[in-house]
Order: sequence, then structure tokens, then C-alpha cells
Amino acid sequence: MTKQSAMRFGALVSVPMIIGGIPFGLIFGSLAISQGLEPWVPLLMSALVFAGSAQFVALGLIAVDAPLWVVVSTTFIVNLRHLLYAADFIKYIRHLSIPWRVVLAFGLIDETYAAVKPYYSSGKLDQHNGHWAYFGSFVAFYVMWNSTTLIGVLAGELIPGLSEWGLEYAMVATFIGIITPYLRTLPYWSAFFCAAVFSLILHNLPNNLGMLIAALFGVAAGVLTDHIQQRFNPDNVQTSRGTN
Amino acid sequence: MVLLQIILGMFVVTFGIRFVLYARAHKVSLPDWVENALRFVPVAVLTAIITPMILLQDQQLSFDWRNPWLLGSLAAFAVGLWRQQPLLTIVTGVVVFFAGKFLLV
Repeated sequence: MTKQSAMRFGALVSVPMIIGGIPFGLIFGSLAISQGLEPWVPLLMSALVFAGSAQFVALGLIAVDAPLWVVVSTTFIVNLRHLLYAADFIKYIRHLSIPWRVVLAFGLIDETYAAVKPYYSSGKLDQHNGHWAYFGSFVAFYVMWNSTTLIGVLAGELIPGLSEWGLEYAMVATFIGIITPYLRTLPYWSAFFCAAVFSLILHNLPNNLGMLIAALFGVAAGVLTDHIQQRFNPDNVQTSRGTN
Repeated sequence: MVLLQIILGMFVVTFGIRFVLYARAHKVSLPDWVENALRFVPVAVLTAIITPMILLQDQQLSFDWRNPWLLGSLAAFAVGLWRQQPLLTIVTGVVVFFAGKFLLV
């Protein structure tokens, strides 16, 4: 794959999630305006922070006049899951220059991780072309997020019932499309099951904390199942490790 | 002025989280057990994000078969397990979701 085709590939595999993200950007922009904020606030936030759920949480906190440190530390907790993505991607970006890593780190969102990761795992993307696909996915999401924020700001409250359309379902379907190919061995099933159950049990915790803890429990369940399996069936080691 | 500080603060922590490991990526090599655990990150995190979206309606757990989120997701999940082709899974889920949304509600 050439640079251009890798970039295009990254953008292309992101399309379903980009469509799913459009209503969020529009709602974010219009919500900020309807809250009485000046247009530069949502626009600068989308341009600099580039983190969907954290931006919504921040709007809510700004509305109740929460102090600076509360908004910033909440943002920290909400985005902590990105550390897991970064840890997973270290092996794919360690050969790149620092400027490259700065750009790719800035663009490390849920959707780009979800879009690009399966193709690294399958070998379709590697050290030579992977970062271009990653970059292409980031640029596509960045353009969508900032332009929909702008449209939302301009439209104000003029997009009635947008949140009822259900466009955001596209993101759920995409994530299912990414999860299901993993579910071929017991450890992945137990990671899946544990994350699902705890995300429901803990959904009342503030700031996405329930989601983060459920994800960590899911990872732990996967590791534990893997260990138990190897303990009782050492022949299984190679096949189980080989799936990724 | 406070708003500008808030946005800059949000930028610093968000970028910091995303960059801290990348910054030293050429020097750190993660222990084997961490690498092994990271295999489960996509399944665990993505599942933890979408499960409440699918099964919670107005903060209540709902297994109502008329919930289009549940219908679409069950269809997508079944097709995903069966064929393991992400694009087919996505299309199935979206079609069943909108069919459910417009036919059942």
C-alpha cells in the first residue's frame, strides 16, 4: 500500500463510525450555544481537546459553574481509557519520529483505535503503512468533528429531534463488527462477558468510571481465563496466543 | 478567561494521557504479561462502551424485544459470529435497527 492508499484505507474503514459521530458533533455545538456559551468555546474545545464524551461532560460541568480543577480532573478520568489504547499501540509507533507520534497521539480516539487496530492484528497494516492509515482515520474524524461542531453552533437549536434519529447506532454496530471476530476462544469470551456485565452493574458511577472499571475487569477476566486454560491444557498455549 | 483556561487544561490532560506512552515508545518495552493482557483491550473496552447503550433505556435495564437497539445488536452479533466480516455485521445491525425503529414504534 502506498501512503495515499493507506490514508484512504484508514478513512474508509472509519466511515460507519464517522456517520455515527455526526449527530454527536451537531448536538455538541448546538447544546453549547443553547447553554449561552459564546461560539468560540465549543469550536476551540473541539479543535484542541478532540474527545467527544469528555467534551459533553465538560459542558455539563461548565453549566453548573464547576471550578477549573473539577472540569480538568473529570476530563482526566473520562479519558483515562486512552492510556490502554496507547499501550496497545506502542509496538506500532515506536519507530516513528517524535512529530509523528505527537500527531498520532493527538488523534488517538476510541473510533480510530477501533478502526485501525483490527488491521494491525490481521497483518494488513504494518510498520510501513500503518501510521498513514491511522493518520487518515484521524484526519477524517477530525474534519467531521470540527465541521459538525461548527454546523451545530450555527444552527443553534434549529435541529429538532436530531437525537431521536438514531444515527449514533452506526457506532454500536461498528463496534460489534470489530468485537465479534475476536470471539473464537474462551479467554476473549470471558473478557467480553465480564466487561458487559460490569458495565451494566457499574453504569451509575460518575464520569465513565463504570465503563473504565468494567473494561479493566474484562481484561483481567481474559488474562485469568487464559492462565487457567494453559494450566489445565498446556498444548493450548500456541493456538490461544496465536489469535492476535 | 476561565473558559479559556478550562479548555487549555482539558487539552493538556487529554493530550498528556494519549502522548505519555508514545513519547517514550522507543525506550520502553512492555513486559510480556502486559502485552498479553493488552490483547483483550479492544473486546473489553468496546464492549463496556456499547453494552449500556444497548440495554439501558431511561437508566433502566431493558430486555424488551421491541427495543431497536437490542434487535439490531442481536442481529449484528449473530451475523458477526457467523461470518466474521465487519462490514456485513455493520450493515445487518443498521438495517435491523432502522427496520425495528420504524416498524415497531
